[in-house]
Amino acid sequence: MGEVRNLLIVGVGGQGVVLASDIVAAVCLRHGYDVKKSEVHGMAQRGGVVYSHLRYGPNVHSPLIERGRADALLALEWSEALRWLPYLRPGGVLVVDMVRSIPPIALRDRMTWKSAYPPMDVDQVRALQVEVCACNAGQLAEELGNRKVANTILLGILSNLLEFSQEEWEEALSAVVPPHTVDINLQAFRLGRSVHAERFTAGGIPVDLPPTYGVPRRFRVEIVEAWCKGCGICVRLCPEECLRLDSRERAKVGDPGRCTGCQICQLLCPDFAIAVHEEQVEEASIRG
Amino acid sequence: MRQHVLTQRERLLLTGNEAIARGAYEAGVKVATGYPGTPSTEILEALARTEDVYVEWSTNEKVAMDVALGASLGGVRALCTMKHVGLNVAADTFMTASYTGVGGGLVVVSADDPGMHSSQNEQDNRYYAKFAAVPLLEPSDSSEAKEFTRLAFEVSERFDVPVLLRITTRIAHTRGLVELGPRQEPASMGYVRDPRKYVMLPAYAQKRHPVVLSRLSRLQEFAASPEFLRWELRDRAVGVITSGVCYHYVREVLPEASVLKLGMTYPLPLEQIRAFAREVERLFVVEELEPFLEEMLKAEGLAVEGKAFFPRQGELSPDLVREGFVRVGVLLPAESRAMSEVPTTPRPPVLCPGCPHIVPFLALRRLGAVVCGDIGCYTLAALEPLQAMDTCVAMGSSIGMAVGLAKAGSAPGPVVAAIGDSTFIHAGIPALVDAVYKQADITVLILNNGTTAMTGGQPHPGTGLTIRGGQTKALDLVALCRAAGVEHVHVVDPYDIAATFVAIEEAIHHQGVAVVITNRPCVEAPVKIRDNPFIVVPQKCIACQLCMNLGCPSISWSVETYEGRPKVVIDPATCTGCTVCAQICPTDAIQLFPSPRAVPGEKAGQSRG
Ligand SMILES: Cc1ncc(C[n+]2csc(CCOP(=O)(O)OP(=O)(O)O)c2C)c(N)n1
Repeated sequence: MGEVRNLLIVGVGGQGVVLASDIVAAVCLRHGYDVKKSEVHGMAQRGGVVYSHLRYGPNVHSPLIERGRADALLALEWSEALRWLPYLRPGGVLVVDMVRSIPPIALRDRMTWKSAYPPMDVDQVRALQVEVCACNAGQLAEELGNRKVANTILLGILSNLLEFSQEEWEEALSAVVPPHTVDINLQAFRLGRSVHAERFTAGGIPVDLPPTYGVPRRFRVEIVEAWCKGCGICVRLCPEECLRLDSRERAKVGDPGRCTGCQICQLLCPDFAIAVHEEQVEEASIRG
Repeated sequence: MRQHVLTQRERLLLTGNEAIARGAYEAGVKVATGYPGTPSTEILEALARTEDVYVEWSTNEKVAMDVALGASLGGVRALCTMKHVGLNVAADTFMTASYTGVGGGLVVVSADDPGMHSSQNEQDNRYYAKFAAVPLLEPSDSSEAKEFTRLAFEVSERFDVPVLLRITTRIAHTRGLVELGPRQEPASMGYVRDPRKYVMLPAYAQKRHPVVLSRLSRLQEFAASPEFLRWELRDRAVGVITSGVCYHYVREVLPEASVLKLGMTYPLPLEQIRAFAREVERLFVVEELEPFLEEMLKAEGLAVEGKAFFPRQGELSPDLVREGFVRVGVLLPAESRAMSEVPTTPRPPVLCPGCPHIVPFLALRRLGAVVCGDIGCYTLAALEPLQAMDTCVAMGSSIGMAVGLAKAGSAPGPVVAAIGDSTFIHAGIPALVDAVYKQADITVLILNNGTTAMTGGQPHPGTGLTIRGGQTKALDLVALCRAAGVEHVHVVDPYDIAATFVAIEEAIHHQGVAVVITNRPCVEAPVKIRDNPFIVVPQKCIACQLCMNLGCPSISWSVETYEGRPKVVIDPATCTGCTVCAQICPTDAIQLFPSPRAVPGEKAGQSRG
């Protein structure tokens, strides 16, 4: 059996993972190779993880790549690159767009406000014997006038690592992308193909991450029962659902531990019956 | 994607689903039916792009099976497609269609979902073939998917039997090379009146059962024909019996092993299997999910090994097949090739920006309802942050389960059934009639987004559109609920938070069955809806996080803070302008983007932290 090459393309729904892998598959076919590519549709498209396993060579059996055997990983998003890293073989190449798509679930910690999104640390990945080509493809694409061609820029970078000629790539690309986008896609491809190593960011790229606090703060909600008429505004609007109406239709604090001190209840109470106080715990230590 | 899948004569890279459509097309299929369901949906969608074939999305899988059987008895070739759980719905007809036999060839496609990529269970539908005593074909890639589909029609007509073609998600959604052939145009056999064959009264059915059994033994001989059976004798130390995509995993992991590849996995070509067993020293079965082949072979007294080494749950992969053979001792433990993991964020599926399902579930949560949910995009409301669903079992179950829960009298809050429009029409209508008939005190929330969104936006009877986009009669949901005897039927716009809260609260207080229909089209399908996006005015944001509770993927944390809490930002590139977050903001910090769409600032499309 001849050598089969393995390429894994990953990203988030809507980024163009499948289109990118359609283009690579078309190049392989033009070159006379057997190709299989496998992706999962359906539930995954609802903002979830999207992947495409692509294998080509004289004769391809499994549509799936085994872990640790991908020659290259093309990631259209940073945290997805990390998720699929174990599929890369030692010495394999990661081509990654340093763009973040932060899922809502990563921003759920309202005690320490820590984001679950991983740091964009390229060196950490390089330390795993991975050759990393990282760039801001999204930004380069916007400079070209269409953010959607970020995936084609990355393909241009990848093309330098694969055996196919520029003509083969450009023919395949022109055949696969929507006709009215051929020109900008060709521009994007050529830009990616000509990006020099220096333009790859060396370290973590400067990005503004959400602030992160170490120590949770504590608050106390004081309700003057005599002034409360039980309108329920505070109960409906408390983002943490700390408040409830008791059997006498008076606002009560249900779960004080969840209060983040936002003071909506205090601001919106028509009867000025609520006050929120911060309790003294240890000093909140603030990291950038 | 843009290939003209079904017109040229050449080699194309097709998904398994497109290949099945092509196979049916080449076989001259005249009628194709189905109900959407991942991973089967694209079969009918591909057929709908051809001419000369009547294609329909049926109301549900049972109806699809009935329409296909009727067409078959009418003398033309018919195809019926569904996901694995759909066959449960269609099983009533399917089981007895084995007795009636067919007129024109009848092929039923069951697309199973090992690993539950988008399903509520991972049942192994190969058992349905054995259960109904019909032949079972399992292609291993796109090329076979086309060829087996074509042949399935011949088998169906030759043996007077519906054929079950069983694929899995991996076959359905993998592209591979397929050689195209021309379309045959078999002449219609015409309709032949034959009550003894088609009217399954006990007296007639009793005469048909022996026919079914004798057909099985003729099929068993046929299972050995070379189109379906492949002997690959190599190293005799290890022999593997396998089918479907597992064949390719075995070839990948054990290229030197002898393999007997089965294309027809019920009934089994036992003589050939015995002969193969004699050729090899140790015999294994590699199959996904249940030990379907293994049990049958063991019952025949064959010394095979299988599920002791390969998992019975989840999808198989070359990794798992390798691990299995390492445990067997046939392979050496692979040197650890995979690199260490770097932690990353989870990324579960979420409701889209602007999804009209968000507000009704926000209301249900705040009203403390016990929510019997159903299957569709809105099932995602069970996850963070909405977490407003208590049950989800099978299509249409919400209403019946709500009736039961209400009758049990133990629910800690008002009982609400929440069901999508496509699901309501699929299996919710009989349950609504039952709820009224039983005078249950429940609220039924019909989430009408005008499409079958979860599976990619197929039309259904409520839309008044056909699979090819043609106009037809539209089902009137309000009139239907009234006709069922529901006195309280309210229609509301789920983008209007206050109105939605009030409508649901009133319905809950109504004694007896009350229906609330939320009318608002899906923002993604059939057309993408994008209104002017909103922005957050940072000076006004007090970082209360109320808008974050919507779970809208367009809203995330900004780098700015207010009293130590992160303020929020809206990504103008993905915001659909639904207005919901602007309505909910207590400080009026969320406002229309100052200039119209198409100016999504320098970092558009990139959520900033
Ligand atoms: C018996 C059965 N058939 C098909 C499916 C696949 N399926 C999952 S959700 C769904 C329909 C969802 O449509 P709708 O109820 O309108 O909700 P929406 O996704 O539009 O919110 C379908 C067809 C299934 N799970 N079970």
